[in-house]
Formats: sequence, structure tokens, C-alpha cells
Amino acid sequence: MKGILSVSAAALSGVALIGLTAVSPAQAEDTITAASWGGAYSASQREAYYKPAAKEIDMTVLEDEWGGTLSEIRVQVETGDYKWTVIDAETGTGLAACDEGLVAELDWDMLGGTDRFLPGSTSDCTVGTIAWATIFAYDGEHEFPGGAVPTTLADFYDLEKFPGKRGLYANSPVVNIEFALIADGVAPADVYTYLNENEDEALDRAFAKMDSIKDEVVWWDSGAMAPQLLSDGEVVMTTAWNGRIYNAIVNEGQSFVIVWDGQVIDYDIWMIPMGHPDYDLGMKFIEYASRPEVMARQSQYISYGPTTYAASELINPDILQHLPTAPANLTNAVWSDTLWWADRTEELGERFQVWRSQ
Amino acid sequence: MASTAETDVMIAADGVPLKTKLRRAERMRKIWALGLIAPLFIFIVGGFIIPIISLMTLSVEDPEIPDALPRTAEAFSEWDGKDYPSTESMIIFAEELAAASRGEFGRVSKRLNYEISGFKSMLKATARAADDLALLPADEILQGYIDIDKDWEDQAYWRAVKNASSPYSDYYVLWALDLKRDGESREIVSVDEGRAVYVEVLIRTIEISVAVTILCFIMGLPVAYLLATLPTAKSNLLLILVLLPFWTSLLVRTTSWLVLLQNEGLVNDLGIWIGLWNEPLELVRNRLGVYIAMTHILLPFMVLPMFSVMKSINPWHMRAAASLGAPGWKAFLKVYMPQCMPGVGAGTLLVFILSLGYYITPALVGGPDDQMVSYWIVQNMGRNANWGLGAALSLILLGITMVMFFIYNRFVGIDNLKVN
Repeated sequence: MKGILSVSAAALSGVALIGLTAVSPAQAEDTITAASWGGAYSASQREAYYKPAAKEIDMTVLEDEWGGTLSEIRVQVETGDYKWTVIDAETGTGLAACDEGLVAELDWDMLGGTDRFLPGSTSDCTVGTIAWATIFAYDGEHEFPGGAVPTTLADFYDLEKFPGKRGLYANSPVVNIEFALIADGVAPADVYTYLNENEDEALDRAFAKMDSIKDEVVWWDSGAMAPQLLSDGEVVMTTAWNGRIYNAIVNEGQSFVIVWDGQVIDYDIWMIPMGHPDYDLGMKFIEYASRPEVMARQSQYISYGPTTYAASELINPDILQHLPTAPANLTNAVWSDTLWWADRTEELGERFQVWRSQ
Repeated sequence: MASTAETDVMIAADGVPLKTKLRRAERMRKIWALGLIAPLFIFIVGGFIIPIISLMTLSVEDPEIPDALPRTAEAFSEWDGKDYPSTESMIIFAEELAAASRGEFGRVSKRLNYEISGFKSMLKATARAADDLALLPADEILQGYIDIDKDWEDQAYWRAVKNASSPYSDYYVLWALDLKRDGESREIVSVDEGRAVYVEVLIRTIEISVAVTILCFIMGLPVAYLLATLPTAKSNLLLILVLLPFWTSLLVRTTSWLVLLQNEGLVNDLGIWIGLWNEPLELVRNRLGVYIAMTHILLPFMVLPMFSVMKSINPWHMRAAASLGAPGWKAFLKVYMPQCMPGVGAGTLLVFILSLGYYITPALVGGPDDQMVSYWIVQNMGRNANWGLGAALSLILLGITMVMFFIYNRFVGIDNLKVN
């Protein structure tokens, strides 16, 4: 029943989106199209960036949704028929697109250099827009034996103390590997050192750890599915993207609890397709969206953190506590090493998918 | 003489010989007929044949290195694979790596990483230093490579470049069968155990298809029999019940099964409420869920052809058999069933071939070890962007379907098919 409801809610929000896109305020001279992820996330961008851009920089921003795969960009670049001026993507996708020459290098003079951005949030062709985290969460109303409460990733992997199904991300080994190692006793700060120095041993250990709960895993493959599995009682704990769980707590009144232990923080980035005739307009928008006072607005609408130091300082403490970048949440956090992953996404992805199907 | 020749040629009223006129009319009719089938013909060629052929060729193409590093490909293909390649070809390799665009380099390093994992990062480091490397004298070039990454001392990496240098290869087709060519001897061997998955997937695909076909047959036969033997008014009503789900979207039906069968779904709630079981049963996200949903979705494809054949069987045959002393079951098996065979054949073939290509239903209601070959085609075409492997898997799926079709034709005969 809830499934059906959320599907129709999604359909309704899609209709709302079309409505909003069509009625753009004050016809501005400059018009660009921004591709992003839809749902609550696009809504936050609309409020924080797109609507104010019409007044503040005289630019109309149209919206589109995309699936996050390189082939969608490749088609546009190869045919020269561009749908999108700027694209919101995950860091790894951005690096791959940059490597394959599908996106253009950014004008870093215009953006004021890379130093004002958080470490790892920039590359030649990409600049961070939000910091988000993969966390794990449970339903506060679910009673574990003896009233135990999960507080660490080791608890997530402890089937004796916390019996029940677990939700894990199906599409990629990224984060799954890190979580398994931390649950197996590797300190969050040492995860990538270990993976770099003893790659084979570390990977075998991570897969062995995942093996230990494999029979109890329900796999999720879209951001909305993780909170859905929790509310349907299909799983007792699941990994998830923090904004989705926060959204379920605040907007749907769910009694979910986010555990901030060993969460892996990654960025979403802006990029511009290679050879786009409106490159300058794209840069103008990215520069605007990277201004601290503009960037700081977004966290009022969704619990993702800004990527510049200056914007972090402008955020209201009430909101700050829910962000992955809040100091209190950062004690045991891991910053995703996207460069390490960029070299291995494919082969480890293959190994992960083969392992899952065995 | 002249007069006989004149009578031989029949002349039409307007003075043109009748033969010519007839031929002209015939030609017009042919052009007219061709014109009528032209849209269908163009649609089939453009919509099926050309895409299928171009997809199939993808599975034997290996274009990355020949396209991006053409001189390297040429130089390496002249090397016999023993010891090291010539120093000239090493220099050419460095020159082309230095000159390659970002996109070209990305495709080359991805391709070489399939050969030996870890090649990508090694190649990146090499490309960064390639400008200087290309300037080294011939006798220092190998050492130059080794100074960048000591793995270049291992001839396996050089052979990997050579093995990926030919524009066509059986690489992806072998991969789709969990096989590969040994780097040195070029003999066909099995891939490492951790990578072997596709043979199992192919067997699983056939296994699920056979099981679903049998389930559909067992459940469809009584339904079709009932539909064919009831009075028309009642059977029409029942037929609507068969057709209604048939007209409903596949996605809706699959998702409904997910809602029904999940832990806190209707079936489990009901079972626990009645007291049939105490803990929620695992009915979905496993093989059981796949069987339930696929059987339900494909059942009409079994019932309808059987029904249309059974409808045409004369009921007097059964009565005649009974009057001659055959017990009911024997009359059914010996008299009724043989006459049903065209319908049974059409139903089983339809259900089996449709099952082979199923994607969305197992993806939604199955677990990771219930995914069929279509799932892996999608994975490779989309997420992994490994079009060669995706195309090779498609080729094998098409092959299996055609083999099944021929086996079937051999034993049942396509002429005996009766779909409606």
C-alpha cells in the first residue's frame, strides 16, 4: 500500500515539476538547462539556485532529470545536439567523464581557485556542489532482542545481537567494501591505507565479511528504495543515502534513526558537456551556485552539506547537526577516495556482481 | 506466310500486342503489391535486421587499440609474442600514448584492463611520462618503461597489448562463455573462478524457462479444457478472466506480486492471521517469487493457443471412445490429447521463448542469483559500458533461441503450430 502511495506521490511531484519548469518567472536573457536527480533533491536545487538565479543573475534555469550514466552524455557530445548545459553527477562519474573527454575543463580563475573548496571535491572538469554520505539506519520502532540499539557498523554486521534482514546497495561495490572493512575492525581512518598497501588481502577480507551476511541481504538499487524497505519491514537495518532517510523522518514522519559511524562521504559535482556552445553561461551558473551565501541556502531544503569552507560557516546550527559534514557527525567518518575507485570501479564492479550472483 | 504471322500476334483494341499489354498489367500489379509490402519490409530491415546484425558484429569487433593507436597496433601485430617486442614498436607505443586524446586513452586503458587487472593505473603513469619516454634511444627504451613501473618487465603486459591489437577477435564471445585465450599460447582456457559467471547464468536461464513452461502447462491445461468444454456464455466470461491480466501491463503485474508476496504483504499477513504459519515466509526476492510471477504473467500465452485448438476438437470423438469401452483417462490421453498437440506445441514454444528473454520480472522479484542472461546484457550494455560483452551475450541468447526453435521444428514441426 505504501509502495503504491509513494509511486503516485512521485508521479504527482513529476507533474508539479513540469508545471514549475514551464512557468519561469521574468523571461531572462540567458537560459540554460540543468540535469539532476529529481525528487526531493531537485526540489532543493530549485529553491536554492534556480529560482533565485532569475533575479540575482538574470538567468532562467530549466530542469531535466537524468540516470547518471555516461552514455547519456556521450550521445549529446557525439551528435552535437546538447540537451544540458550543466550536469549534477557523482564524483566518480565526473572523473570518468573527464577521462573520456566528455566534459570540458572548468574555468578555475572564475571559480576563485580550488583552495576554497573542501579537499577532494574538485578536479579539472568538476566542482563539488554538495557533500552527502552513505550511512546506515534502522527503524526506531523495531525492537531488537534485549532492547539492544545498534551504534556501530560492527552492529550492522552482527546477526546474533541484531537478527533480521539487512539492506545493501546493489549496483556498486563502492562503500560496501569500506563498510565491510570497518565492521571487521579496520579503523575508518585506515581503510584506504589498508586498501592501498594490501589490496588483495583487504579485498578478500571485505568480500569474506560481506559473505557472512549475504543470505540475509535484501539489495536496493535506487535511492528511494532504501527507506521503503525499512518502512515496509523488509529489512531491520539498511545502508542508505543520508538525505533520503532524513527526508523520510522529516517529511513522512518515519521513526528512522541514522547511525553516524564510519559513514562514507562523497560529493555531487557540476560539470559542462564538452564542446557546448553555451559553455560561458554554464560557467556563469556554476560560479553563482558556488558563491558561499548561495550554496549555504540548499541545506535548508535537504540535509546535504556545502562544499566550500565559507558556506559551511553560514549554516544555521539547527540544520548543521543533520549534515554529513557537521563536526559532531564527522568523528568516525571516511572521505570516499574517488581516485582510488576511479581505477577500479569496473573490475571491482564486475567482481562484486559476480559475487552477488553466486 | 505474312498472314499467319499476323494471326499469331493478338492485337488489343488500341493496336498494342496483347502479350505486351498483359505483361505491362502484370508488372503494374507487381509494383503495386511491392508498394503495399514496402512499409513492412523497410520496417523489418531497418528495425530488426540491420540493428541485429550491427549488434552481432559488435561482439566480434575489438576496435579500441587499432582506432586509437593505429601504428602501435600495426607494429605489435608483426611481433611473434616471444621475448619482448622490437624497440621501434616500444617507441611507437610511447609516441602514440603521448599523442592520444583523453577519450582515446580512456578507451585503450579500459580495454587493456580487461586483459590484466591493474593495467589501467600502470598505463596512466606511463602515459604521463610518455613524452620523455619516446625520446629515449632504442637500447634504453625498455629500461625506461621499467623505471616507470617495474611490471613492464613482465612480458605478459606486452603480450596483452599485442593480443588486443587486432580489429576483430573472439575475445568477447569467449568471455561470454567463461573462456579466454591464454596470453602466451593463445589456447582457449577457462577464466579464473572469481570471474566465471556466464555459463551458470545461461544454464539458469534455460532452467527457469523450462520450469516456467512446465508450470504454465500444468496450470494452463485444465483451464483451457474448461474454457473449451463449457457452454459459450460461461466460457466467454471465464475467457475475459484470462484475457484481463493478459491486457494489463507487465510492470503492474510484477509489482503487484511484489506487494502481495513481501514479508508484510497480503499473503503473509493472511497466512499468519489464519494461523497457517507464524513467521513471515520468504516468498519473494528468490527463485520462488520468480516462478510465481513469471508463470502468472505467461499463463495466457499457454492457455489461449491450447484453447483455440481444443475448441475445434469434435466432442463426439470422446463419446465414441467411451462407447467403445475406453475409460475416461485413456480416452483423454489417446484420443483427446493427440488432437491438442498443435496447441500444446504452440503454447510451450511461445512460453519458453518468451521466458528466455525475460528481464524486468526476475529483476524485480528475484534475488541476485535468480537473474537471467538479459539482466547481464543490460548490466554490460549500460552500467559497465562493455558493449562487446553485452553483444556477445545477446548473440548466445539468439543462438540458444534458434537452436530451441530448430529442435522443436524437428520433433513437432512448425507447420503443426496453431496459435489462434
